[in-house]
Amino acid sequence: MLPKKVKKRAALLTAILFSSLIAIFIILKTLSSNILYFKSPTDIKNSQDNSINKKIRVGGMVKKNSLIISGAEIKFTITDFKNEIRVSYSGTVPNLFSEEKGVVAEGKLQDKKYFIADRILAKHDENYMPPELKEIIKKNVK
Amino acid sequence: MFNFFYNSNIFIWIERVINFINSIFFALLLVALSFALIFSPPDYLQGDSVRIMYIHVPAAWIGLASFTCIALLSILNFIFKVKNFKLISKSIAPIGLMFTCIALVTGSIWGQPTWGTFWAWDARITSMLILALFYFLFILTQKLISDEDKANKISSIIAAVGFINIPIIKYSVEWWNTLHQPASIKITGTSTIHASMLMPLLLMFLVLILYCALIFLMKYKTEIIRIKKNNLKRL
Repeated sequence: MLPKKVKKRAALLTAILFSSLIAIFIILKTLSSNILYFKSPTDIKNSQDNSINKKIRVGGMVKKNSLIISGAEIKFTITDFKNEIRVSYSGTVPNLFSEEKGVVAEGKLQDKKYFIADRILAKHDENYMPPELKEIIKKNVK
Repeated sequence: MFNFFYNSNIFIWIERVINFINSIFFALLLVALSFALIFSPPDYLQGDSVRIMYIHVPAAWIGLASFTCIALLSILNFIFKVKNFKLISKSIAPIGLMFTCIALVTGSIWGQPTWGTFWAWDARITSMLILALFYFLFILTQKLISDEDKANKISSIIAAVGFINIPIIKYSVEWWNTLHQPASIKITGTSTIHASMLMPLLLMFLVLILYCALIFLMKYKTEIIRIKKNNLKRL
C-alpha cells in the first residue's frame, strides 16, 4: 500500500493535469478556425462569412494546365479535387511552385471563385526521392 | 520503490561509457556526415536543400523525446520524491532545448528556399516554439528559485503540463491544415522517403543520439559531483 502522502501528491498532479488538459482542449476548440493555416476551396464554398476585405489563405493543388503567365501576372487554379478557385498574383514565386504541386496563397477574396493573392507559398509534400527515380516513375505512369 | 536508481556508486560506469562513446563518436560522425552531405542523392524537387533535413528531423525527434523523458521523470519525481530523477531531468533539459532550437532554426533555413518564407504561424511550427518555451521555463525555474524543494515542485508541474503539448506537436500536421508537410517516416506502413535518403537520416539520428548521451553523462556527472561536494554520501 502506498503511503498517504504519495497518494495525495498523485491526486494533486492528476487534478492539475486534468484541468489543464480540459483548458487546452477548450482553447484549441475555440481557436480551431484560426489554427488552420489555410482554407481549402471547399471550406470557402461552404463558409457563410466570406468578407472581401479580410486577409485569408487558400491552399490546395495547382490544377494541371491551369497556369497562365502573362508578363508579371500569374493566374492559376487552386483545386482540392472537389472545388476550385481562380487565383491571380503578380510577383515572385518560390522555386517549388509548379503545376500539380501544393500551394498556399495569401490575399483577399473577390468572390467565391476569384482570389487575388499578394503572397505565394509552396507547400512541399512528404515524398522524398532521388531525381533518377522520379524519371522512372514518370515513364511508367505514361 | 526505484531503489535501483538510488545507487550513487555509478561514477566508474559513467566514465567508461563516456570513454567508449568518445572512441567511436568522431568516426561515426564522419561517416554519417559524408553520407548526408556527399553520397546521398539530391531530391527530385528541392535539390540539395534536402540535406538540411538530415539535421532538422533528428533534432526535432530528440527535442520531443527528451521532453517526454523529462515529463515522465518529473511526474514520477513529483509523486514519489526520487531525487535522482530530478538530477536526470535537469541534465537532459539543456540538450533538449538546444535540439529544439536547432530544429526551429534549420527548419526556417529550409523554409526560405522551399516554401518561400522563413516563418509561418502554422500549427506544427507554433507548437514546436511552445515546446522550446516549456524547456526554457523548466530550466529557468530551477535556476531562479533558490528554495530547492519549491523549484523542484514547480518545474515538475511545468514539465507535466508541457507534456500535453507533445501529442499536439506529433499530430498537428494531421489534425489541422499546416504548411509543414506530414510525417514521411511512419512506424506502421511504408515510408514516403526513399531508402537512399532514409539511411543517412537514420545514421545522423544515431550520431546525434550518441552526442546527446555524451553531453548528458557529462552533465549528470557534474550534478553528482555537486552533491558529493556538499558531503552527502547518498543521493
